[in-house]
Amino acid sequence: MREREFGPYGGRFVPETLIPALEELERAWIEAAADEAFTAELGELLRDYVGRPSPLYRARRLSERLGQDVYLKREDLNHTGAHKINNALGQTLLARRMGKRRIIAETGAGQHGVATATACALMDLECVVYMGAEDMRRQRPNVERMELLGARVESVEAGARTLKEAVSAAIRDWVANSGTTHYVIGSAVGPAPYPAMVRDLQRTIGDELREQVLTAVGRLPDRVIACVGGGSNSIGAFVPFALDADVELIGVEAAGEGVATGRHSAPLATGARGVLHGAFTAVLQDADGQVLEAHSISAGLDYPGAGPEHAWLRDEGRVSYVAVEDDAAVDAFKLLSRLEGIIPALEPSHALAWLLANPNPGGVDALVLSGRGDKDLAEVLAR
Amino acid sequence: MSATGAATGAERIAAAFAGHGKRAALMPYLMGGHPSKEESLAAGEAAVAAGADLIELGVPFSDPLADGPVIHAAGTAALEAGITPGDVLEICAALAPRVPVVLMVYANVVLADGPEAFAARAAAAGAAGLIVPDLPQDEADEVRAACDTAGLALVALVAPSSTPERVAAIGANARGFVYAVSLAGTTGERAELPPELSGLVERVRAATDLPVAVGFGISTAEQAATVGALADGVIVGSRVVRAAGEGGAAAVGAVIGELAEALRRG
Ligand SMILES: Cc1ncc(COP(=O)(O)O)c(C=O)c1O
Repeated sequence: MREREFGPYGGRFVPETLIPALEELERAWIEAAADEAFTAELGELLRDYVGRPSPLYRARRLSERLGQDVYLKREDLNHTGAHKINNALGQTLLARRMGKRRIIAETGAGQHGVATATACALMDLECVVYMGAEDMRRQRPNVERMELLGARVESVEAGARTLKEAVSAAIRDWVANSGTTHYVIGSAVGPAPYPAMVRDLQRTIGDELREQVLTAVGRLPDRVIACVGGGSNSIGAFVPFALDADVELIGVEAAGEGVATGRHSAPLATGARGVLHGAFTAVLQDADGQVLEAHSISAGLDYPGAGPEHAWLRDEGRVSYVAVEDDAAVDAFKLLSRLEGIIPALEPSHALAWLLANPNPGGVDALVLSGRGDKDLAEVLAR
Repeated sequence: MSATGAATGAERIAAAFAGHGKRAALMPYLMGGHPSKEESLAAGEAAVAAGADLIELGVPFSDPLADGPVIHAAGTAALEAGITPGDVLEICAALAPRVPVVLMVYANVVLADGPEAFAARAAAAGAAGLIVPDLPQDEADEVRAACDTAGLALVALVAPSSTPERVAAIGANARGFVYAVSLAGTTGERAELPPELSGLVERVRAATDLPVAVGFGISTAEQAATVGALADGVIVGSRVVRAAGEGGAAAVGAVIGELAEALRRG
């Protein structure tokens, strides 16, 4: 098998039309990342506009209950309420530098769409967000937010009308418009250079976390736990710990109605290798290579693929991938609300649920609370 | 060696481009299994009877990134009706004795069982080649080697955005013919042909001795005649798929008849 960025994984499985645009993007990103003026502007925005560094909070009552230290990395306190803004701001700054005045994005839970619409308002760029019709229904408040911010939300009616189809619609738009348009992909997925670029923009989570834990407890955590949809908050959290062999890294996927039912979103825990949205990676698919629909209560995890770097970290044995069912995630959502006064998004509620079921008595764990749960109230209360 | 005698896929494609007796070879695209398995075979037969020189046969895929609404919807309908790659290969086998069939198939279907296995199955069904729209030059080595071994031509695509270096590399590795994508975008009917088309065809010609066929956005007889004056082959997709959905084999035959007539007149 050919060597790609991440062992055999990654690559650019896209129409020829897009290859020059991806090459241009890769060059622009390498230049921008090495340009002090660019990194200084991004750093200033992350500090003053997003509110970074995000706090590391020792969850008092949760820690007491589990008999261990649980540290929550509070990405939910970022402007717009999730980690997605770290990536969206970086990519829109890059687009502006490249002279692209039109921005497109896909969104599942709506968090990435809101983050991108926010960045576009700030930078005065046109913004179109593709969103599955089913996700528009279950994440209504975020649709309204995007529109208020000046974005146009395009409803996607194909397939299961969720995140996979929204990504496909955005890629089709980009094939036609890459000369004028930058596609702000929302997770560490897609053709190169996206998975590496999104990781680089999200690793601020892990860099801060590492320093904050060292300051708080004088040592590294035993485990770093994060939920995995496409895999951006998790890859950003994991990468700074990659060489710390004593730190266990745990990626929590969505088991939906149960891995055994086939209605889940756990390609890393269960899936075969395949091509999805331009990358060779872990994909839920049938024997003919048709990509299967994912299932999860959480729109942000409802995706049949995961980023190629995760597939590699899995094969290398560096990260353990596990999966948590809808019901357990909802219980964790409610529990954190009651115990800590923090309403988590359903996505990181999966990571919390895994921790609740697998505590580390006497130990120290860090968990990425990737977003806040306001968007999920209707979905949870309806159950 | 292929199942249909001594000629390789590349040789059968070359013969079709050499012997059509028109301005350019006419290559309609049909979605395998749309509107049904039987009707799609009948549509292929009608297309051949009406003057198609090669058939591009689509294998339905769950996530067809290169396709616009008409072909996407046809593929989705075929999948919903239970059509599998195996069904499309049966349609291919029925058409292959009469005309070179080139399968348009997305990378994940080719890779699912490994490229060698897929190429062997396609060759056994009499296919002359594969077009894999999401397998650019940089990712194509394994699949090309598997196709070469099986006697199939892996047809390469060039786009208006392809840089001179890429066009040269694509031309050097091309098999069968080169597929020039006329425009930046997905498949679908367009009112106008892109103005830079002749420049694109010239750039591709300079990079290969193989025939150059143009596809994407061609639907009318007039457009086909214009493209036929520039290129060696004319590929018509969404217009033909729409006809198959609206009026089955008879409608496909009528559309192909008009397009073939326009290519003959020039
Ligand atoms: C709060 C939150 N967490 C996690 C995710 C999953 O994405 P990723 O795996 O890229 O972090 C999403 C996606 O929408 C999200 O909104």
